[in-house]
Amino acid sequence: MGKSTKDDAQALFHSLRSAYYSDTPTNLKIIDLYVVFAVSTALIQVVYMAIVGSFPFNSFLSGVLSCVGTAVLAVCLRIQVNKENKEFKDLPPERAFADFVLCNLVLHLVIMNFLG
Amino acid sequence: MASKVGIIVVVLAIASIYGAMAVFHTISESHRSAALELFSPVTGSFSSLEEAYEALRTLEVLGIKKKPDVKDHTCKSVVDTLSSVSSNSKDLYHALQVNGLLTCTISKGALTDVVSRLKEAVKDATSLLDYYHSVGGLLLVKHQNSEVDVILENADGILRSIKALSQSDGRWRYSSNNPESSTYAAGLAFETISGVISLAASPVDENLIGTLKKDIVKLFDSIEKYDDGSYYFDDKHIDASGHQGLLSATSAVVRGLTKFASTSESLNIPEDKILGLARFFLGVGVPGNSKDLYYQIDALSHLENNRVSVPLILSLPATVLSLTCKDKLKVKVSTVLGSTAPPLSVKLMQVFSSGSKDASVLRQELHFDPKEAIYTLDALPEGVDIGEYIFAFEIVLSDPEHKRKFATGGRTKVPVHVTGVVKVDNAKVAVLEGDIVESEKKLVLPGKNDLSLSANHLQKLQLSFVLTTPSGKPFKPHQAFLKLRHETGVEHIFIVGNSGKHFEITLDFLGLVEKFYYLSGQYDTVLTVGDAVMENSFLQPLGSIELDLPKAPEKAPQPPPQAVNPYSRYGPKAEIAHIFRAPEKRPPQEVSFAFLGLVLVPFLGFLVGLLRLGVNLKNFPTSPVPATFAILFHGGIAAVLLLYAFFWLKLDLFTTLKTLGVIGIFLMFVGHRTLSHLASASAKLKSA
Repeated sequence: MGKSTKDDAQALFHSLRSAYYSDTPTNLKIIDLYVVFAVSTALIQVVYMAIVGSFPFNSFLSGVLSCVGTAVLAVCLRIQVNKENKEFKDLPPERAFADFVLCNLVLHLVIMNFLG
Repeated sequence: MASKVGIIVVVLAIASIYGAMAVFHTISESHRSAALELFSPVTGSFSSLEEAYEALRTLEVLGIKKKPDVKDHTCKSVVDTLSSVSSNSKDLYHALQVNGLLTCTISKGALTDVVSRLKEAVKDATSLLDYYHSVGGLLLVKHQNSEVDVILENADGILRSIKALSQSDGRWRYSSNNPESSTYAAGLAFETISGVISLAASPVDENLIGTLKKDIVKLFDSIEKYDDGSYYFDDKHIDASGHQGLLSATSAVVRGLTKFASTSESLNIPEDKILGLARFFLGVGVPGNSKDLYYQIDALSHLENNRVSVPLILSLPATVLSLTCKDKLKVKVSTVLGSTAPPLSVKLMQVFSSGSKDASVLRQELHFDPKEAIYTLDALPEGVDIGEYIFAFEIVLSDPEHKRKFATGGRTKVPVHVTGVVKVDNAKVAVLEGDIVESEKKLVLPGKNDLSLSANHLQKLQLSFVLTTPSGKPFKPHQAFLKLRHETGVEHIFIVGNSGKHFEITLDFLGLVEKFYYLSGQYDTVLTVGDAVMENSFLQPLGSIELDLPKAPEKAPQPPPQAVNPYSRYGPKAEIAHIFRAPEKRPPQEVSFAFLGLVLVPFLGFLVGLLRLGVNLKNFPTSPVPATFAILFHGGIAAVLLLYAFFWLKLDLFTTLKTLGVIGIFLMFVGHRTLSHLASASAKLKSA
């Protein structure tokens, strides 16, 4: 019984992976990769803080929030650019990209101010 | 309560005896030195002729020589004033006053001219001061130069116009339209009247003089009196020159009175009032400003030699006599300025001891020493022991003719202190248990003693001694205190009570335990006996006593905190070193660098992933214009990121925001162009 669930899980995982690799357009894959990059950077920073303590807490916050914020913005971009998303059919992807750039710049201004 | 009433009665009795009692001293060196100090002109010359006259007159009366350079300068001013056409009668009067003291050389012609001007002024005079200055000036000219003709024609008329300004209470007004009157003005009026009488061409109407004499007597009815026998005139109004006060008014009246008396006989002023006026001026002491000193000295010089009565002042050079030194009582009688009195004898009539109103009449005559002009009493009367007394003297003039001329003032009362050595006998200290004497020690007082007693709270300490005056009578000093001082500094003071000669104090420690704050230990004892007439008053440490008191209960009062040594309280305090905030623990550098590297790993992973995904730049515009815009777009984003890096490193928010605004606008423009070009390109591709 356990073996079958394990096999099922593995089979599910494999099919998901192949579907992702084949069906997803490249620009969405780029965005996904960017999100993974941002989140992993945040995780490494959390691990560092866990080891050495949160002394300049503002720096820690700004670092983590910078990664998380940019990940969130990237996710928004992905939603808007995804052609299968009916809601944003009329929105040209360039416009979404411009929004992404602008929001990132504002986020990073705030982050740099808070970094100390 | 009864004791308080008793004290008040005694004080009133003493006050009534002291009523007409005080010590007056005649003019002395202190007046001379004050005059030199007050009247030396700062700039080398006097600021006005009036001030010059005041200074010169005071210095002359006191017998001080003037400086010659002052004379030259002042004489020049006098001559200028007398010859100037613009001088009014007041200026001429002051100039003539100064001339009278300095005798400057003035030509006869100038004086005649001055006389004619002053006569004109007398004719035109309306106010009291006009008359005063002009008549006064004429009188001065007459005294200074007998060759010049100074006669007043209409003396009666002038006197009547002056009299018109008088008031019913004896005061005078300054002018007919000013209702204010003052005693000072009355003094000036008398002076002017005496001047008119002496300058009159024909003898003045006797009735007029009689009325004027009545006015003077009426003015003297308003004289005021101090308790010590001085009489004075008070001026509640400010006079013409703005200087108000008792001295100016009284001085003016004395001047006017003496000048009037010199022109006519039989002025009926009681001699005690003249003596009272003299006492008033002497009682002022040494005034602090030049005007007051002038008024005082000027008035006294007029009292010295006047035709009403010359006051004689009885004074004591020393009012404290010591029985130990066998001091003799010395009395001096002289005129107000210190000149010798006529032959007379001084008798000691009564001696009052403090607190008693009655005393036996003694009539002891004092022995006169012609060399020093002092009357001495060879021996103090019987029964005069140490203490405070009032001696009543009487002056008897040898020549009965002098009785009308001089004012002696009946009985003169003077306070005298007699001091002496007080003997302390039978001094002993004892520690009592109940009523039984446990230990007793004899004391030597006053002298060094070193007791060393001990007592507990159930015992009593008794100190007793006997005080006797030089003549063997019991003596009660002002102060008789016993002080106990604990080693911590807490002090307790007890008054030693007495019955007659015998002084005794008993400290019952049982009752004093709480007062002593339950402090056991060593107490230093100090005995103080003192009085103003006791020559050997002493504050004598007696030694120490070791007291054993029970322990303090819970709620016992704490002893008062002792005075802190001011040097330790206000001196420098301990230095405080600032403790800086301990810096936070930082991780070792290797760990930080390791994680720096770790953080960069995802970025590398991102780049690798991008390559794996096959990113390309195919959509980059190729034609030049869109290409430049695209390049500028990427360049703009890079510039913003660079700006952020600088912001973190050194810039502040304001410059950053300013620069960001500039770059942002540029970026938006460029980005819009690029992205719209891309959008149109992809739309074309889709439609195609």
